[in-house]
Order: sequence, then C-alpha cells, then structure tokens
Amino acid sequence: MIVFDQVVKRYPGDYVGLGGVSFTIRHGELVVLSGHSGAGKSTLLKMIPAIERPTSGVVSINGQDVSRLRASAIPYLRRNLGLVLQESRLLFDRNVFDNVMLPLVITGHPPRDAARRVAAALERVGLAGREREMPAGLSGGEQQRVAIARAIVNRPSILIADEPTAHLDAAYAREIAALFKSFNEAGVTILVSTHDERLFMEWRPRRLVLGKGMLIRDLAA
Amino acid sequence: MKNWLYLHSHALGIAVRRLLRQPVGTLLSALVVGIALSLPAAGYLLLDNVASLARGVSGSPEISIFLSAEATRADIAEMEKRLAADGDVGSYVFVSRDEAMRRLERSGLGDVLAGLRTNPLPDAFVVTPAEADPALYQTLLARFGEWARVEHVQLDSAWVERLHALLELGKSAVLLLALLLGVALVIVTFNTIRLQILTQRHEIEVSRLLGATDPFIRRPFYWFGSLQGLLGGVVALGTVWLAVWALAAPVEGLAATYGAVFSLAGPGPLESAALLAFAALLGWCGSELSVRRHLREKLS
Repeated sequence: MIVFDQVVKRYPGDYVGLGGVSFTIRHGELVVLSGHSGAGKSTLLKMIPAIERPTSGVVSINGQDVSRLRASAIPYLRRNLGLVLQESRLLFDRNVFDNVMLPLVITGHPPRDAARRVAAALERVGLAGREREMPAGLSGGEQQRVAIARAIVNRPSILIADEPTAHLDAAYAREIAALFKSFNEAGVTILVSTHDERLFMEWRPRRLVLGKGMLIRDLAA
Repeated sequence: MKNWLYLHSHALGIAVRRLLRQPVGTLLSALVVGIALSLPAAGYLLLDNVASLARGVSGSPEISIFLSAEATRADIAEMEKRLAADGDVGSYVFVSRDEAMRRLERSGLGDVLAGLRTNPLPDAFVVTPAEADPALYQTLLARFGEWARVEHVQLDSAWVERLHALLELGKSAVLLLALLLGVALVIVTFNTIRLQILTQRHEIEVSRLLGATDPFIRRPFYWFGSLQGLLGGVVALGTVWLAVWALAAPVEGLAATYGAVFSLAGPGPLESAALLAFAALLGWCGSELSVRRHLREKLS
C-alpha cells in the first residue's frame, strides 16, 4: 500500500513541486498518473523510492514511513520496488543479460538462480534469446523493455514507472502499456505516469490527475 | 560469508575489467607507482646489503686485555692457560709491552717515545671471541675484568658502532623517503579514482536506483586502487631486481679489488611480499580517501 498524506515539496527559490497531496493506493491497483509538464508527476514518483524527500507530510510504503527513512535503509527500500524511468538508463557497456542481472547482483543472488530469473524476465518482456546483444543495437522500445525486465527481475510488489512511453512511437508505446497491464494482472501494484492516458484506458485504471503540484482529480477505476 | 565472497569477486571482476579497458593508462599508472616505490625499496636493499657486509667484517671484534704493571711471567702464563681453555674465546695473541712499544714506534711516534725514560705501555692479550654475538662480548668483558692483574679490558668496536649509527641514519632516511613517496602515491591513486568515479557516474547512479548500498558501489574502487598499487609493486620489484642484476658484477669486481668476496642480494620472498602488500595498501588508502570524498559529492 502506498500512502501520501499532505505531502509538500518545496525547492529552493520557493518553487512548489507538490502543494499538499494526499491519496492511498491499495495493493494490486493499476494507477495512471497524468498532468501537464511541471504538474509534479516526477516529483511525486521520486518520493516513493526516496529519491526526493518531502518538505512536510508523510509518504509511506507498506506501513513504512519513507519520508523519515535513514539514508542507509533506502537501498533496501528500493530493492522491493521496480523502477522504470523516462530514459531506459541502461548500461551501454554491458549486454542485455548483464543489465537485467544487475539488481540480482546487487542483492547477492546466487548466480544460477539469478540467470534463471533473468531469462524469465526477458521472456516476459518478449526479449528471450536476445541476452547477448548490446543495448546500443536495440530499438528504443526494446531498450525500454530491457529496463522493464530489469525492474521486475527482483519480483517487486510495486512497480513505479515515470513516463515509460515518452520517447516511443505509438506501436511500441502500446506494447509497453500492455506489459504493465500484464504485470498488474499478476498482482503487482502499478503506478505509472504518462502524458497519454489513452494508452491505458481500455483497462479502466484509477486515474490521478495533477495540476500545479496539487491533486486535482482522483478518478476511481 | 558466501554472499560476501560473491560480492567481492564481482567487485574484483569489475575492477579488472576497468583496468583492462584502458591498458595504456593502467601501464602508465603502474610505472609511476612502481618507479616511485623502487627508490625506497632499492635504498632499503642497499642498506640491508651494507648491514650484512658489516656483520661479516665486524663479526669478530677484538677484546684487548691490558695487564697491570705488577703482572709477572707466571701471571701471564696462567692467563694464557685460561684463555686457551675458554670455549668462548676463538683465538688470542699476546702482545708484550716491548712489542707494543715497537709497534708504536713504527706508527711514526718514535720521536715522542724517545724522550721517555721507561716503557709506559702494559702487556696485553688481544682476544677474538668465538662467536659474533654482542651478548658474548659483554660476558667476556665482565669475565676478563674480574681476573687478577688485569688493569683494563676494552672492546675494539668503536668503528662498528659508528657504522651501525650510519646504517640507522640511512634507515631513517629511507623510511622518510618511503613515507613521502607513499603520500605521493596515495595522491596519484586518489586522482585516478576521482577520474574513475566521474567516468562511472552513470553506472553509480543506476546502481543506486536499483538498491545498491554504499559498500557495493565502493568495493570496485577499492579493488581498483589496490590492484593498481599491486601492479606498481610488481614494477618496483622488477626494477629492483633489474638494478641488482645490473650492479652485481661491478660490485663483485669492486669487492675483489679489496680481496673480499661479496655479492649483492636481491629482495627475499618476505621482503617481496611486504613490498607488494605495502603497494596494495597505498592503493587502497588512495581509493578510500577518494571514494569518501568524491562518491559522497556525486551522490548527495
């Protein structure tokens, strides 16, 4: 469960990123976060893995107050979350397998089990058999799918995606949206921000709409 | 434990790949570290060789037993018997007061001695101890000093003490040089790691987003610095051996002109291991300082 309670984020120069946002996302929900550029979508998403800390208010994940988490505890929080960012953020000097393997290396997974998990994750995103390829040789959509495979390889219960389809053409964007839906059907809580809500509309997700750092609409599924 | 080993082997693998990815840079860094380390290493080796040479030459300093003026021929015979029976005595020579006077005259003091009405010099025994052991010298000094008709006992080792003092001074100088160059090498590694952190910034950020802890991110840099230091140590060791090989024949030739047999010894296994460990430790220190400073800056 993700809880935002009167979360405010002010940046130096008195710029308000979030102006007192409250909502609760229950386990297994598919939530689409939308709003114009600068509405606060990225700021909100960054607070869940503690990339950003709120100026005031509380952000809690499964009962744990993330806003007051010690710095040394943050890595362990992030290991239980799947993160997909606007850019794929792949390591271009490593092949697809090594990129997807990275979260498992970080958690010290036994190599044999980790290799099985990587293969399963790549199959899930439709990239089975492409393990040895380098990211530079993949299309934008394929790179984003590698990033998604990397996000799910640790089997997180929550998947957070910040504009995962931003730089993709319509066909690739639909593929990625369908992938998120399939993870949601497997029980994963999904919070995805997008400029294009239509990609997810056919699955009737819950919609949170931000405007100028405020939650202006919360449309239930 | 298994997990710890796995994480370290992973970090070591990353460090090795980073070193291999830039062979020229790695080679240059190893040469800088190696040449700088070879100076104190060669200095230490030189002192060690001089010390072993000194041990060989001064291995048997002489003890002079000066007899009192009242000592009779019977006393001298008795002492000679005791010295012959003493297992701690390697050899001895009796120098009579007349012989001592002749030696003094031969040394160029004849004019001065001519003015003396009587011979003021005492009879003496010059004793060489059986072993080159400072503790034995002291025992013998005490033992001979207790004998009747003995005026004074003297250990002729002033020059050895001077040499030892010089060697101690040399050791201090080498230590100081090692410290100074050690600091320089830490700075070299510090800067190399700083550049590494800049180069790896993207990987560090991605790893942090995926839940990497600080130790996970730091480990490859520690290994990198230590490996770079170790490679420098290997270069230093090679340089020292090269110098030993090049100087061995000239040194042996020089020793031969003095009628001595002496050959330069290279660093032993223990000294080699110590040099490599010291080099790796310097690399680790440079990494630690750099990682503490720059990683915090980059990630805060």
